[in-house]
Amino acid sequence: MTTLTAPPKTAPPPAGHRSPSGVSKWRRRIPLLPALIFTIVVTQLPFVATLVISTFQWNILRPGDRHFTGLSNYAFVFTDERLRAAVLNTVVLTASVVLISVLLGLGLAMLLDRRFIGRGLARTLLIAPFLVMPVAASLLWKHAIYNPDYGLLNGTLNAVYRLFGASNGPTVDWISSYPMPAVVVSLVWQWTPFMMLILLAGLQSQPGDVLEAARMDGAGAMATFRYITLPHLRQYLELGILLGTIYVVQTFDAVYTITQGGPGSQTTNLPYEIYLTMFRKYEYGQAAAAGVVVVLGSIVIATFALRTIASLFREEVSR
Amino acid sequence: MTHAAVAAPGARFKKLLRDKDDPSSPRLSPLWTFVAWLATLAFFAPVAWMVLTSFHKEADAATNPPTPFAPLTFDQYKLLFSRDITPFLLNSAMASVISTLLVLVLAVPTAYALSIKPVEKWTDVMFFFLSTKFLPAIAALLPVYLIVKDVGMLDNVWTLIVLYTAMNLPIAVWMMRSFLAEVPKEILEAAEVDGANLFTVLWRVVAPIAMPGLAATSLICFIFSWNEFMFAVNLTATQASTAPVFLVGFITNEGLFLARLCAAATLVSLPVLIAGFAAQDKLVRGLSLGAVK
Repeated sequence: MTTLTAPPKTAPPPAGHRSPSGVSKWRRRIPLLPALIFTIVVTQLPFVATLVISTFQWNILRPGDRHFTGLSNYAFVFTDERLRAAVLNTVVLTASVVLISVLLGLGLAMLLDRRFIGRGLARTLLIAPFLVMPVAASLLWKHAIYNPDYGLLNGTLNAVYRLFGASNGPTVDWISSYPMPAVVVSLVWQWTPFMMLILLAGLQSQPGDVLEAARMDGAGAMATFRYITLPHLRQYLELGILLGTIYVVQTFDAVYTITQGGPGSQTTNLPYEIYLTMFRKYEYGQAAAAGVVVVLGSIVIATFALRTIASLFREEVSR
Repeated sequence: MTHAAVAAPGARFKKLLRDKDDPSSPRLSPLWTFVAWLATLAFFAPVAWMVLTSFHKEADAATNPPTPFAPLTFDQYKLLFSRDITPFLLNSAMASVISTLLVLVLAVPTAYALSIKPVEKWTDVMFFFLSTKFLPAIAALLPVYLIVKDVGMLDNVWTLIVLYTAMNLPIAVWMMRSFLAEVPKEILEAAEVDGANLFTVLWRVVAPIAMPGLAATSLICFIFSWNEFMFAVNLTATQASTAPVFLVGFITNEGLFLARLCAAATLVSLPVLIAGFAAQDKLVRGLSLGAVK
């Protein structure tokens, strides 16, 4: 699609043809300015403020005691056990949600790439979890599914046990027994459709003649997948993983509603820990420092993400 | 070979066919069809359960084992509206719709300046916009909270509108650029050579091609604003709270009413579900910022 039929690059227009004088250059930039200025004001200034606040000892419960404290908040952030636990939880949560939902999404996309009875309906039903409001989904999982007494999970187990003659099924308190898996499952449920949609788009952009040629040459399904489909899907997998990571790292709704970070701090991820520092402990300086650290961490992830997107993007621009 | 011959002019049409029922696309075996449907139903089950429970009486909702065939009723929905979910829905609608409109007003000229008549270093500008999307919102919450408190804009829908506009603008710029980039340069140049003025070019050439993109962009912005929770719960109190805040507050204030919770969850998810189902094809492109067609 990219190279074979591409016409030779046309020569650049002769110099002077467009003569971008100063005035016309600015005229071209004008449509850009409102959005640019708005974005800088609303997104960059708060980060400058965060940087400043992070150097203050500032707890609103002690109003008289606000003073510059240098980097001590950062020292706190890097030595605090709760924060370290929060970093670990964030990594575990994000990695498991993204990996599991990519694998499930890949499986579903492979199935939905083929024709079968009711494929359109199946696709529609499958994207529903992604469209349910995240807070609603979290509450649904917490109360209607995981609840030990009348949740769907225990209820179904109970019904199955009775079917086989037992008087009662087990009563498992899913959220307190398996807090992290409980959050992960609900998020995997939400994010799998997203991965499926991206990977399905990737599969359907595969040139049919290449697959046909592979079949003609006697390549088995596994070989075709391994040597043709997977390399083709690579960019889509990368994109899904990176966009998923960016969003799942920021998970707040699910932790806030399903576990409130507990039990203890077993499911407290960084966003929720920062929220607690800010609105429960009122330690503004510490919260800001933690925020800055999170931003630095995100920049690392974002650098990879931008590189991936840039490569997809370059292909398009050069087309 | 035969494929290549027809691919060029009919490529779009062919892709549409493939989505539907292209006879050349391979069929799934019965066994795998069964697996596909099983997986689909497993994923859809919580949504189905939510909707079903929302039409049950409270006594039939919280049972063990579950009673899916209990009689149906609209009571929960009636109760929700009599208990004043309406202002929350109105706040959500106002925040989502106005911020979406603002995003379009800001993003369309920007996308134009980045694709049809690109400024110098336009890719740098694109990546600047995108990079703001990768900064975690939680890190902005504190300064935003302090500033908003200082200027007396806590618990005000317009605060959310400004934040949602900033949150969605980068996505919208990327999406709109990818749609505007599809306007064939030759046609634009031809129109200019024919002496068409800017307005005519925009209205006659660009707009028809960009309209579906505009719709998709609006949809994505609407979804993200409608679903946003963190800013809404921390920056609003009684006047400006949105639907997700209602959901959470309603649990802690009234104890647990499972059927009513399901009704509320269904109700607040409904606009996005309908819009998302209606525009499934556009969703992919929007979610991937236009990087995947």
